[in-house]
Formats: sequence, structure tokens, C-alpha cells
Amino acid sequence: MLDAIIQGVLLGGYYAILAAGLSLMLGVTRFLNLAHGDLAVLAAYLIIYLVATWHMPILWAIVLTLPVMGLLGWALQAFLFARTMKGGFLLPLLTTFGLGAVIQNGIYGVFSSDVKSLGNFIGNLAWASWKLPGHISVGKLPVYIFVASVVVLVSLQLLLSFTKLGRAMRATTVDEEAAELSGIDARRIQRATVAIAMVLAGLAGAALAMRSLINPYTGPTQLIFAFEAVVIGGIGSLWGTLAGGIVLGIAQSLGAKISPQLFQLFGHVVFLAVLWWRMKGAGSLGIVNLLRSLKGGRA
Amino acid sequence: MSISRFQYERWTPAGLSTVWTSCVILAALAVAPLVLPATAVEKLTTLWIYILLAVVWNLLAGFAGLVSVGQQAFFGLSAYLTLRLVEWGLNPWLALVGAAFIAGAIAIPISLYALKLKAGEFAIATWVIAEVVRICVMFDPLVQGDTGNSLIALNAYAPDFRRDVTYWLGLVAMAGFLVLTFRVLRSKIGSAAQAVRDDEEAALSVGVSVMQTKRIIFVLAAFGTALAGSIWLASAITFLPRTNFGVQWTVFMLFMVLVGGLRTFEGPILGALIFFVLQESFSSYGVWYLFGLGFIAIVFALALPDGLWGLIRQKRGGDLLPMGTLLKQAPIENEAS
Amino acid sequence: MLEVKNIQAQHGLLQAVRGVSFSVRKGEVLGVIGANGAGKTTLFRAITGVHTDMTGSVTLNGQDISAVRPGKRVAAGLAMVPEGRRLFPDMSVRENLQVAGEHGRRGDWTMETVLDALPALKPIMRSLAGNLSGGQRQAVAIGRALMTNPDVVIMDEVSLGLSPIAIEGLYESLAQLKASGKTGIVVVEQDLRRALTFSDRVICLLEGAITLEGASGELTHDDITSAYFGLSAKGEERSAAHA
Repeated sequence: MLDAIIQGVLLGGYYAILAAGLSLMLGVTRFLNLAHGDLAVLAAYLIIYLVATWHMPILWAIVLTLPVMGLLGWALQAFLFARTMKGGFLLPLLTTFGLGAVIQNGIYGVFSSDVKSLGNFIGNLAWASWKLPGHISVGKLPVYIFVASVVVLVSLQLLLSFTKLGRAMRATTVDEEAAELSGIDARRIQRATVAIAMVLAGLAGAALAMRSLINPYTGPTQLIFAFEAVVIGGIGSLWGTLAGGIVLGIAQSLGAKISPQLFQLFGHVVFLAVLWWRMKGAGSLGIVNLLRSLKGGRA
Repeated sequence: MSISRFQYERWTPAGLSTVWTSCVILAALAVAPLVLPATAVEKLTTLWIYILLAVVWNLLAGFAGLVSVGQQAFFGLSAYLTLRLVEWGLNPWLALVGAAFIAGAIAIPISLYALKLKAGEFAIATWVIAEVVRICVMFDPLVQGDTGNSLIALNAYAPDFRRDVTYWLGLVAMAGFLVLTFRVLRSKIGSAAQAVRDDEEAALSVGVSVMQTKRIIFVLAAFGTALAGSIWLASAITFLPRTNFGVQWTVFMLFMVLVGGLRTFEGPILGALIFFVLQESFSSYGVWYLFGLGFIAIVFALALPDGLWGLIRQKRGGDLLPMGTLLKQAPIENEAS
Repeated sequence: MLEVKNIQAQHGLLQAVRGVSFSVRKGEVLGVIGANGAGKTTLFRAITGVHTDMTGSVTLNGQDISAVRPGKRVAAGLAMVPEGRRLFPDMSVRENLQVAGEHGRRGDWTMETVLDALPALKPIMRSLAGNLSGGQRQAVAIGRALMTNPDVVIMDEVSLGLSPIAIEGLYESLAQLKASGKTGIVVVEQDLRRALTFSDRVICLLEGAITLEGASGELTHDDITSAYFGLSAKGEERSAAHA
């Protein structure tokens, strides 16, 4: 039981990295990117390719892939997303669905459908663990990924709070027009945001490929998990993605403890329950606000 | 009861001629299996399924604004329920139709939940619900997880008979839903649905029951998708949870409606035809074909968001069937009822 | 300095602005009056570039900015205090000012000089903009516009929803800004008396077109009421005033 909870919390770190990018895009550009999971998987394949074929050290492969993902995000926003956003809510959904199909089948066409993983290239890190009292063993890799997620979120928080770009992103999030009237080029800020979101997706892809097996069609499920983490944590809340990711991770690993098929089901049920609870109007946004309201703070 | 000095003109001469032409085509299609080769009958059955899927998704997303990514829930569910009903001893043909009705009925409780959500949340929640349904179905020993099962009971019938009945089932379901969609869209529900899609608050303020309207459309669309799922099972025989509940069904529906023309009556039919032709000509290219479909979807979203029918309508200046009501000054006073 | 020519703007099928032209010089205050729905807000949203369904030319210091995005117009020296203030509510007052300072033009207006000009902001620098009173919000909105070092600043519905005391304080600050003589000011004002006393020149809008233009001191009461209500004959003025 405790074992499953610890696994779940650590899994939540990975979800937080994936969800933070999705959430950032939803906030600043109001764009739900259904290809977010596929883009993470694309990054994972790039890293695996660099490591397996070019024998590049993993760290170098990641360092090389992230800026590529950033550029890709910039270009996607400039040439694709921004153009479909004028068409209301439906077109972005259709476009990113189409993009997802392009990425999945493109990966399949180039790299074949074999399952891949970075697990073979990270030596004993793939299985190394610390032993805790009570026969609980904690994998080193999940802990490192969790720590990375906290580092990522702290960096994002610092970026948003204390930099010129971050302030412009926050201004654009609440009122694009007023931001423009303050001299901000909202289009550039949105491109930068998507670039950052894609770097985060790349990082999440690296984490995913290290801790599990992937195939070209892994993306959509990852998107669902990311969206679930965002909703459980509260849309628009940065640390909410970590809280939501942890709740989702715990639900999944508790489910998996009972039966492997319950891994996904428990996560889905928690997600649907949180949505239901929000519809009932008990609170506007997610777990973070629930915790705040329990503490008596303002939501 | 008010006396109106206006006459409601719901049928244009062009519209009437479209109806008569359609009736003749349908009659010809109904007797087609008697003369066509077996493969052609099978292919046409697939086409009916595509048209049915496109038409109901357009009804749901285009006309009512309910962008569901989870219609595969009903597509897969009716296939599964058919197997279950047959396992309990029901005649397979009855089971196929009965399963679609049950799946449609299951849409009612789902609508109680899902219709309270908006936009992106609705889209993802329907997807998650479809996943939940799939996972639950996979617990049934009849399905055995990923293994799936087959509708072997249908093998008791002669192949020709089986093929033809499936064809007619598909034809009737498709034609029935075309007529039903047409009537719904021209009824009070149709105008209410479009009012809701365009502005929910305004629709509320003029007394449209938003929830009721959405629910009717949602359940109708679920039933139509479920029928398509049943007919698919009848022609494919095998049931694989990850295939029948696959999100690719929604991707296909989206593709057909987007390429044909969202929010038009004719567009989805055209889109389904195009999809069918693409599928027949290029599906042997495997993943690169699917890659191309995604690419075409993106191109349409960017360059032709109203789809091909939108383009055609612009060129010829009207629909084949009148969706709205033409208001004409009447020569004499007549009663509005 | 700012010269707009033949501005036309639409809301779908509705023609909201029909061929408006005017100019504002350095250090000049242009008052804009007109009834609700006369097209004032749409006109200035078109001039600043946030309303894009428009035609006509906008020139600032000889540079044509009709086709560029609002952010670029701000960088060229055109700022607007939008109707309803439109602050960033979950950012502090300091951040609201800072964000404009970072993206607008550099110049004499800095955090210090803006605080000197709007001393009411000093005690609230750390508060969230969403928690302020109406008068404080308006001061922040003006400060935010000044931070971009504009040559011309447009203030839409500048005193709408403010208490009489807040309006008094606001116009004291604006008077100082006017006295500095560096900036052209456009004030959209519902209070005709205010508009006439504070501005050098006045234009009156009716149904999207200018019905009156002139130096504030030279306009008679009759001129203004007939332009405001759209009456041509003087005899109708009395009934209009009662309407």
C-alpha cells in the first residue's frame, strides 16, 4: 500500500512535466493541443535515434533535442496553430488531431512499430533502487525524474514571476488585448509559450522513454493523462499540475496493485469524479483550491 | 393562435427534385445486391457505415456544437453487447439491432454527466468515458482482455444471405438516419440545437431548453454510431476491443465531416464518399496512407474550413435540400397552424 | 503628430464609424464627446489597432501605422487607456507598470517619474491590481500607458464609474500631464462640462461621424447640443434638451 503510494507520487512527477506544457499552452494561447502526447513521443524517438544510431551520450542527446522541440513549437504556433485559432473551438481540435495522426504514422513509417526504450542505454539506473525500511524499494530513476519535475516547475515559476517574458506571458494570459495595448507583441509571446511547452514535452518524452517502453501510438494515452493531471490540479495552476499528477499517479498505482488493468481505470475514475465535483460548484478549480479552502485560505 | 400574413415555404422545387432523385437511387441500391458481385456488396456496406458515422457526428458536433472525441464508446459497445446477447441465446440479427438500442439507452445516463461540460473538457471527458467503457468491457470473460471474440453465430447462415442482409441493414440504417437527421434539423429541435450552438445564453433567454435539446441530439448520435458499430461487426465478424473502441473511429468521422463540409447536410455524405475512395485506393500504403489523411485534415482546416461542400455551395449558390424555412408574403391570409 | 484620415469601421454588417478624420498636436488636448453608441470606443479601438475590421489611415509623426499590430503602434508612440481600465488583475501594480515599461518605448517616463506624476500609486505598488478601487485602477491604467512613453495617449471613458473625488484627483494629474506639454492627449468624456474646460479642442461624434469640431472656448451651448443630439434647426434644441 505505502509502496504503491510512493510509486504513484513519483509517477506524478513525470505527469507534471508533461502536463505543465499542456497547461501553459491552454493558459496563454487558449489552445488545447491534442497532439501534445504525440510530440512528447516524437522527442523520445529523436533521443533514442541519436543514442542508438549515433551513439551519443543520453544527456547530449536530450540537450540537442530540446532546442529542436522548441523551434518546432515556435514554427507550429506561427504557421499552424495561430491560423486555426480564428476558426473557433472546433478547428484547433481537428487540426491537432490531424497533426497527431501525422506524427504517429510518420514515426511508424520511419522507425517501424517496434517498442523502444532508453532503458537499455542508461545502465543500471533502469533498475537501481534504494531500500527503505519495511521492504519498500524506491527506484532511483523515478526519484530523479521527480526531482527534475520539481526543478522544472520551480524554474517555470521563476520565469513567470521575475522575467520580462514571464510577465508578458501572464499579461497575455489574462487579457490579450490589454497586453497588446501595453506594447506586448502577443503573437511573439504565444510563439515563445508554445516553444517552452514543446521543450517541456521533449523533457517529458525523455523521461517516458527512460522509465518505460514506447511505440509510435503511445502519444494519445499520454495526452489523456496530461489533461487529467491538469484538470485534477486545476486549469491554469502551475503547481496544480504537480498536485494533479501526484493524485493521478497514486490512483493509477493503487489500481495497478489490485489488477494491471485497473491502472488506467482508477486514474480515469478520479478524473471524472473531479470534473463532477467541479460541476457541482464546490470549488472553481481543482485539488489545489480544495486544499486551500480546507486550510481556510482564499481560493 | 395567431393569424399570419406570411406563408412558410419549406420546399423549393430544387429540393423536391433532390428528394425524388434520392428515392430512385435508394430503390436502385436496394435491389443492387441481386445483381452486384459479392465484393462490391461488401464494399458498399462499408460505405453505408462511413456515411452513417459521418452524418451522426456532423449532427452532434456540427449542428449541436458537441465536439465529442469519444463516439467509439458506442461503436464498440454495440458490437460487444451483440456478442453478449448472442451468448445469452438471442438470434444474432436481433442481437445486432437490439445492442444498438441498448447502447443508445446507455447514452442517456452518460449524457447526464457529459453534457454539463464545455468545449475541451467535454471533448476529453467523452474520450475518457470511451476508455472506461473499453476497460470495463475487457473484464468480461467473454472478451478475455485484449483477445476479443467473434460473432461466429452468423456463420450459421449462408455467406450470400449474410452479406446481403448486412448490406440491407446498412442501407436501411444509413437512409433512415439521413431522413431522421433531415427531419430533426428542420424541426424545432434542429433550430433549437443551432441556437444553442451559436449562443447558449441567448438560446436560454428565448426559452430553448438547452439540456433537453443537447440530450436528444447526443442520444440520437450515440444510437446512430452504435448501429454503425453493429453493422461493422456483422461484416467483420471479429471483435477486438482495441480496434472497435479505437479513437481512430472518431478521427475518421472528423476527417469525413471536415473534408466534406461541417454543418451542411450534404457535406458528410460527400466526405464519406471521398474517404471511402481514398481508403479503397491507398490503404495498401499502410501508415503513409494514414499520415496522408492527417495531412489532408490539416490542409483542410487551414485552407478550406467549410469543406468541399462549402466550396460547391459557394459556386452553385444553394444546397440540394432546403434546411431552413423560406418566408414568403402570402397572397391571402392563412392560419399559421 | 497624430493624424487619422477617413476611418471607417464595421461590426459585422453594422457600420459603426463612417469616415472620421482628425489630428492631435504635441501638447494638445482633444476632447471627444458623443452619446452612447456614437462610435467613440470603436473609433479609438480602430486607431490603436485592436479593432481590425476597418479602413483609413493612421499616421504618427509622419509614420504610417495603419497596418501594424497594436503592440507596434505602442512602440511607435501611441498609447491607449482602454475603456474599463483592463488591468492585469492577478499582477501587482508594480508589475502592471513594469510590463508596459519593458515592451513600450524608452524615454523620460520611468517608474520614478510615473510615481511622481501619480503619487496615489506609491502606497499600493505591491497590491494586486484586481483588489483596487475604481480611482486607483484608473491611475494604474494611466500610469501603465505613460510607461510606454507615448507621444499621444488616448483615454477612453476616462471618468466613467469613478466617484466625484476620484475624478477630481484624476483631472489634477491629467492637468499636470497637459502642463508638461510633451504629450498629445485625447480624452473621451461623458461629462460635457469637463470635456470643454479641460480640452483645447473638441470633436463631437454622432452615429459614427463627426458632427462638430472646434476650439473649446469658441463653441456655444447651442452648437454642442445640436451636434450631440443630431439636430440641425435651432428651434428643435429646446425639445431635444428635454428629451
